[in-house]
Amino acid sequence: MIRMPDSAVADTAREVVIRLRGVRTVYGTRVIHDGVDLDVFRGEVLALVGGSGSGKSTLLREMIMLRPPDGGSIRLFDTELAGIGEPDADALRCRIGVLFQQGALFSALTVLENVGLPLREHTQLDDAMIDSLARMKIAQAGLPAAAAALYPSELSGGMIKRAALARAMVLEPEILFLDEPTSGLDPTSAGQFDQLLLMLRDLLGLTVLMVTHDLDSLWDVVDRVAVLGDGRIQGVDTMAALSNSTQPHVREYFEGPRARGTRERKC
Amino acid sequence: MPDHANSPAGLQLVDGTLQCSGSWTVGHLAGLRSLLGRLELPAGAALSADGGGIVAMDSAGAWLLLDLRKRVETQGGTLELQTLGAPRQRLLEFVASVAERAAEPLPVRKPPSWLDRSADIGEDLTDFLAFIGEAVIALLHTLLRPWRIRWIELLDDMYEAGVKAMPIVGLLSFLMGVVIAYQGAVQLKLYGANIYIADLVGYSMLRELAPLLTAILVCGRTGSAYTAKIGTMKVREEIDALQTIGIPPVDLLVLPKLLSLLIVLPLLCIYADVLAVFGGMFMASTRLGIGYHAFIDRLGEAISYSTFMIGFGKAPVFAAIIAVVGCYQGFRVEGSAESVGRHTTVSVVQSIFLVIIVDAMFSILFSLIGV
Repeated sequence: MIRMPDSAVADTAREVVIRLRGVRTVYGTRVIHDGVDLDVFRGEVLALVGGSGSGKSTLLREMIMLRPPDGGSIRLFDTELAGIGEPDADALRCRIGVLFQQGALFSALTVLENVGLPLREHTQLDDAMIDSLARMKIAQAGLPAAAAALYPSELSGGMIKRAALARAMVLEPEILFLDEPTSGLDPTSAGQFDQLLLMLRDLLGLTVLMVTHDLDSLWDVVDRVAVLGDGRIQGVDTMAALSNSTQPHVREYFEGPRARGTRERKC
Repeated sequence: MPDHANSPAGLQLVDGTLQCSGSWTVGHLAGLRSLLGRLELPAGAALSADGGGIVAMDSAGAWLLLDLRKRVETQGGTLELQTLGAPRQRLLEFVASVAERAAEPLPVRKPPSWLDRSADIGEDLTDFLAFIGEAVIALLHTLLRPWRIRWIELLDDMYEAGVKAMPIVGLLSFLMGVVIAYQGAVQLKLYGANIYIADLVGYSMLRELAPLLTAILVCGRTGSAYTAKIGTMKVREEIDALQTIGIPPVDLLVLPKLLSLLIVLPLLCIYADVLAVFGGMFMASTRLGIGYHAFIDRLGEAISYSTFMIGFGKAPVFAAIIAVVGCYQGFRVEGSAESVGRHTTVSVVQSIFLVIIVDAMFSILFSLIGV
């Protein structure tokens, strides 16, 4: 697999596609984020990690315009999300793809219809064309051809993730947001999913931002890891660098026996 | 890399070379498709495609280029792809390998045959009877051991199904009383039989309409809520969790609902009776000039205890129908939000249907035994 150049070297040269500055989120009196700063570069795979309740998913929801932050600024492709108009937001939505944790496939539609839905909504292609494009995407996500005719309730967990990935990718997004893409998958499927993601990234130049707890994914797929803790980003770096970090929050996350075990295997 | 705002895709045939330009991306696919449709390709010719002008290509664009090549090849020609650059060549190879799999024919879903469907209906019916049996056995068990009743759930359900239904049931029965009295008043005035308005309102409301109206409202309000609640729990595997913890789902979910409706629906029915009579009285005094005193006096003479009891006695039966159908449909939900919606609809339609059927059967029965 082609590795992206070390982030530290190329920071200045590369285009920033997601820029977070001082993002603040408050639920009632509970402060979730208090000044989150983060840059995501084009073409990289960045993982957002942190303990349960550290607000990873909330931050993801803010980046995909499902929830406005209570303060600070989020820019997608240099467009400020605060106060964005509906037409501009729609244009942005066509440029991002989201894979939800449970897949969020529409249960009333077959896989083929699920994947074709964004095309029907956002392009002027005819039905036959949409169906063949959707079937191409379904095959691209690694599903057997026959899966296209099935309903989501007839799919296994791994197939749901793949079908959801096909739907997220069908408009050829520039940024892919993944919420725990490998959770609930067996190690083989998870590994295949990781490889698929890497291949798509290399072939299509995707930028991927994922929330994950999967230590294998963190070592194998991810270029940089951002550790969220105490309401802010505690460190952003490669896995190798972070696992040697002295920063207490980062250490806490990478010090568990599982984290150390994976590290020994990978290094 | 793809930029959706850039130049549209172009395609020109110049001296046996297809010159591709612009962005071959999903956003420009419709335009590209019509360009391709207008393109006249010489049959059997050896063509080449020059991809040097392509500024952006995603897998949809690659797929279209492959499609074009296939079209040329079926006409007996060849299409050589040139100057695409290594990354796009790799993308093309990947899409080609994938497109092959995508072209396999899809299995066709046969709509269920007439025989299958009638078998399904038969199965549905036996399942329903089994569920009724299960609920009745659980109910008897609990009634024999009243200390095992789940009081908190029961009171909670009574509050939800009863107290919260009072405004809408009250308002609608009052209006129903008004309507009946108004319609009756026009006819009775013709014969100068004004005072019989009390008979009309009393009989029709107490014996038939108040229980029926209350039951139909409760079907819509509470029966549907039961189905949706149990159905969602089923989708989220909460029912399975209950079973593994060792709490029979029927005990926890069906019995409190059944018991609470058995208590609450008759009470709502009396409440509806009272409000309907008020509605009738109000109309009688404004349209026919019959005072409240006269109305009540006449009501006492006209309406026997049995008339009230006939209406009141139907309420628990309706309650059982609504609770059992609502819960049963909830347990039949499978897997998806779609299924929750479908079964909620079925629950309301079925319980209203059954309530009206049973009401009709009561009428026939009572006329046979002459009450």
